[in-house]
Amino acid sequence: MTSIDESNKEKLRSVSVDLNNDASLLIDIPDALCERDKVKFTVHTKTTLSSFQKPEFSVPRQHEDFIWLHDTLVETEDYAGLIIPPAPPKPDFEGPREKMHKLGEGEATMTKEEYTKMKQELEAEYLAVFKKTVQVHEVFLQRLSSHPILSKDRNFQIFLEYDQDLSVRRKNAKEMFGGFFKNMVKSADEVLISGIKEVDDFFEQEKTFLLDYYSKIKDSTAKAEKMTRSHKNIADDYIHISATLNSLSAEDSTGNKKNLEKLSDLFEKLRKVEGRVASDQELKLTELLRYYMRDIQAAKDLLYRRARALADYENSNKALDKARLKSKDIPQAEEHQQHCLQKFDKLSESGKKELTSFKGRRVVAFRKNLIEMAELEIKHAKQDYTHNISGLFPLKPSCSFCLTIFDLLEFFFFFFLL
Amino acid sequence: MATSSERSPPPFPDSEDQDVLDTEDVAGRDSDEDDGGDLFMSSSNPPLTEADTLLEPASQPSDVLMKPPADIMNDPLIEPISSQTENKPASEVVSEPSDDFVDLTNNIGVTTESAVAEIPLDEPSDDFVDILGSETEAQREEVVVTDVTVEAAADKSEVTSGVTESPGHGKIGSDAEEEAQETSTAPIIDLGADLPASNTQQPPVSDKIADPLVDLLSDVSPPPAADAKKPSGATIDLFEDEGRDLFAEPRQTKSAKLPQKSLFGEADEDLFGEPLGAISKKTVNKEQKEKSVTTKAAAAVPTGGPLQDGNPTEPADIFTEEAVATAPSVSNTSTVNSKTNGVHSEEEADIFSEATVELSLDSPRTERKNDVMAKPSASAPTSLSAAASQAKPQSAALEELEEEEEAELDDKFEVLVSVKDPEKIGDGMNAYMAYKVSTQTTLPMFRNKTFTVRRRFSDFLGLYEKLSEKHGPNGFIVPPPPEKSILGMTKVKVGKEDSSSADFVERRRGALERYLQRVVNHPSLIQDPDVREFLEREELPRAVSTQALSGAGFLKMINKATDAVSKMTIKMNESDVWFEEKLQEVESADQQFRKLHALVESLVIHRKELSLNTASFAKSTAMLGSAEDNTALSRALSQLAEVEDKMEQLHQDQAANDTFSFAELIADYIRLLGAVRGSFDHRMKVWQRWQDAQAMLQKKRETEAKLLWANKPDKLQLAKEEIAEWEAKVTQYERDFERVSATVRKEVVRFEKEKTKNFKRQIIKYLESLLQSQQQLIKYWEAFLPEAKAIA
Repeated sequence: MTSIDESNKEKLRSVSVDLNNDASLLIDIPDALCERDKVKFTVHTKTTLSSFQKPEFSVPRQHEDFIWLHDTLVETEDYAGLIIPPAPPKPDFEGPREKMHKLGEGEATMTKEEYTKMKQELEAEYLAVFKKTVQVHEVFLQRLSSHPILSKDRNFQIFLEYDQDLSVRRKNAKEMFGGFFKNMVKSADEVLISGIKEVDDFFEQEKTFLLDYYSKIKDSTAKAEKMTRSHKNIADDYIHISATLNSLSAEDSTGNKKNLEKLSDLFEKLRKVEGRVASDQELKLTELLRYYMRDIQAAKDLLYRRARALADYENSNKALDKARLKSKDIPQAEEHQQHCLQKFDKLSESGKKELTSFKGRRVVAFRKNLIEMAELEIKHAKQDYTHNISGLFPLKPSCSFCLTIFDLLEFFFFFFLL
Repeated sequence: MATSSERSPPPFPDSEDQDVLDTEDVAGRDSDEDDGGDLFMSSSNPPLTEADTLLEPASQPSDVLMKPPADIMNDPLIEPISSQTENKPASEVVSEPSDDFVDLTNNIGVTTESAVAEIPLDEPSDDFVDILGSETEAQREEVVVTDVTVEAAADKSEVTSGVTESPGHGKIGSDAEEEAQETSTAPIIDLGADLPASNTQQPPVSDKIADPLVDLLSDVSPPPAADAKKPSGATIDLFEDEGRDLFAEPRQTKSAKLPQKSLFGEADEDLFGEPLGAISKKTVNKEQKEKSVTTKAAAAVPTGGPLQDGNPTEPADIFTEEAVATAPSVSNTSTVNSKTNGVHSEEEADIFSEATVELSLDSPRTERKNDVMAKPSASAPTSLSAAASQAKPQSAALEELEEEEEAELDDKFEVLVSVKDPEKIGDGMNAYMAYKVSTQTTLPMFRNKTFTVRRRFSDFLGLYEKLSEKHGPNGFIVPPPPEKSILGMTKVKVGKEDSSSADFVERRRGALERYLQRVVNHPSLIQDPDVREFLEREELPRAVSTQALSGAGFLKMINKATDAVSKMTIKMNESDVWFEEKLQEVESADQQFRKLHALVESLVIHRKELSLNTASFAKSTAMLGSAEDNTALSRALSQLAEVEDKMEQLHQDQAANDTFSFAELIADYIRLLGAVRGSFDHRMKVWQRWQDAQAMLQKKRETEAKLLWANKPDKLQLAKEEIAEWEAKVTQYERDFERVSATVRKEVVRFEKEKTKNFKRQIIKYLESLLQSQQQLIKYWEAFLPEAKAIA
């Protein structure tokens, strides 16, 4: 259990910290290269397992290779009872890229300073997206490596070890459509299966819980994304305001110049803080929700597979009854029924274990992230606070009324220093 | 501020125009300062120093004797050179120069006293006194008077310099003297060779000075008696005595203040700045007595003949120069010296102001104007420009000083207006909003200390219409009220009680309050009976012309259109750089403010969006918490939802803050900048009228010439009358233009000062709101942290 917890912790953004205490197989992605729309990850492995030829090696992998690995795992019968870690989402650099493009178009309307700041901001955003992408890929592999069964998978080991290009065949249009079709069938099937009476209370509960939870968390994710984006918008506004104030102050020849300068500085600082708040919220909250949304989808898939097995078992029962009636092919049907039952039992058993561990993992991850987020928010708010104070400093000698306020502020300032 | 700004470009007619207003004196002083600065500069230059002392006596007498004032300008180069050469040999004695000077002035052989530094000082001052006395006697002779003042200035400068540091001073004083002398006689070339580049520019001014000195010398035969009395007294006493004797009248107002200040300020280099600033402030600020006096003074300065032009500028320069000189002296020499310097200089300043006052008293008002007009032509452009450049830095310093003091004064509003309780009256499209206008005042012109009236929005607009009609053409910046908003008002009228209409009403209420406060803070507008009526009277006649779609509104639109056209057609060749620069500044600021306003508005929108999104996230989190089966996590999630809920409130409040303390401020200033531009336009219109009148006059003259040629005496008479009429008009219009220019200038300066203060206040308010919300945020998250940690 602990190992899972650890891996789970590390699963959420742990590029630098590898908490995987199973030292027999350590995986990380130390490096990645972005070429147009392709991202090449360098997957580095360190192992003591004898199944690998060398104790340490690195291989280049692309996003499609990860998808292939995920798909093969999902399709493997033996793993039907496991929650297959969700595949990492496709790297998406479109957002920042498009923004960069827009920025280039609007360059004429901005001051040089404003433009460079916006550019910096976008570059930072781009970098953040890039890092995040690397992270989710890494987390995917780490979860596999920390799983007692999945880490032994042959395909996984090939993925890690084979030092040539895997040259996974990209999905062609037909297969894409096939995948889509399969999904349709699956959801239709789910509806069909849902008619079957659940025999196990645990799974019944788990199913309703996960369905409910999934829809909720999906909603939350969308909302959190929106919220984060709003924060970013505000940070962008701050940039423009700061720049405009700056140019205003440059033209001002009166005593107001100082005020405007200060205000401009302040907005610049606010911008930085707001930007950080946005990125931290993105990292700690939105990513968490997003990841668990996918993870719950994976858990739901597990439930589906189990339900499918249950349906198969029911069908085989029916088939056996029929065979008995016709007294034909009885042993065959019996065997089939036995097989289905076995499979179902096995699925149920491992599924129960997986789901329980999943729950623990989720709670721990939420805890960690929420704590971190709260701490970061406090930190930023305090930073904001001190910035504001520094903004007030030069404006102080305007009146006695401000003086008293200033004294108060100073008091607070020291309070915070303590 | 006004004073300082005016100071910087003394050459321009505008600054001089101010005779009508209190600012006049300021202008006069400014110009004075410039000249003084020139003197000082010259004094500061060490190379000539030693030679100077001796030079003076020799040169001066010769100059005096040889030249009448008018000649000075024309003096050939030869003379100055010769005088200089003569002077140099004798120059070595430091103490002597002052004595010599005294001697020269008095024509007495007092030089024996020269060994003691003090004595020379006293003497010169005495002489000065005497001179003044002589002036008073000879008051009617304008030329003489002016000369005297000039001389006095020169003497003072010399005296002070000589007294303060014996070695350095001697130099300085001697230099000053030399320069003066040289300049008087010598053309620029000589000076340039001896002095740094800065000095070269000054010669013309100095020439003037020198001439007056000469005159003075000639006039000042009686001084010896005065000297005898005064040397015994301390320097301070001397000065005081002088003040009393010479300027009994002016003293009441200014001298009383000035001497004190100077005494206090002695140690500081700022001394000069302070007294000047104080004077200017006082004049600008309030007391009308002072104003009248000052105006007189200003007027007086120019009264003299052609030479006078130079004079007004000179005194001011002296001050500046002194400032310059003192600073170095303080650093180099012992503190004692510096102190003495300060004392002297200040005294000088006092004397000067006093002197000017006297002069002004003597001179009739009408004369001033002519003099003023004459100024630019008479004074050499180079000197003026130099003076301007020198004056600027100091003026900036003064501005600051003034600002600080005024800020203190202005923080207590004499009238406090609040607009409250917006209330919808009536139904449907005839509905309107009425506001409660409460006034608190300490001004005696109101009957009560507090009173409240109910006004509707169009009343506010009506007030603005009246004010802008009355005061706009005079160049006043009438604070504009918020615009009519058909859309916003319709919403309110339709009666939708949504947040946007409440927001609209609140915004408008705030804008109206600030508008009224600006009106009552304006020293001229508060005097307007309409303002008083607006604040006090129970029932106001309905303002009709304010409806956007009424006939009056249509007429207004047409007027605006024609205005715009005429604005396009009037090509004003701006004679005043200050206005040109300001206009440009205002226009670019306007643009930037507009941009900024749009940005802040978008910030507000984004903030509202954030608040909305936070709210929906909070809801969603609450749902997620309810779905969560782990109890601790569920609790934490619902706590998070609560935190986000509060955060939403914070964001909303912050959005309101953005709007009310930042966006509205900027919107106000966009409007106000429009008003500033309006005042510039008015000035241009007046100018245009003047030009038209001039063209007309020209035409009339031509017809007269024609008639003369045609020999038609009957019509000739008529034509002559017409010409006289138009001449009167031209002068009238010109005066108008000058007056308006001066007002605009003053108003713009006032506007800028107000702007700075206002911004500071608002920014601090804004920061406070930010701080508060930040504090709340910290509190919320800190409360949440243990919850998150409690998740097991």
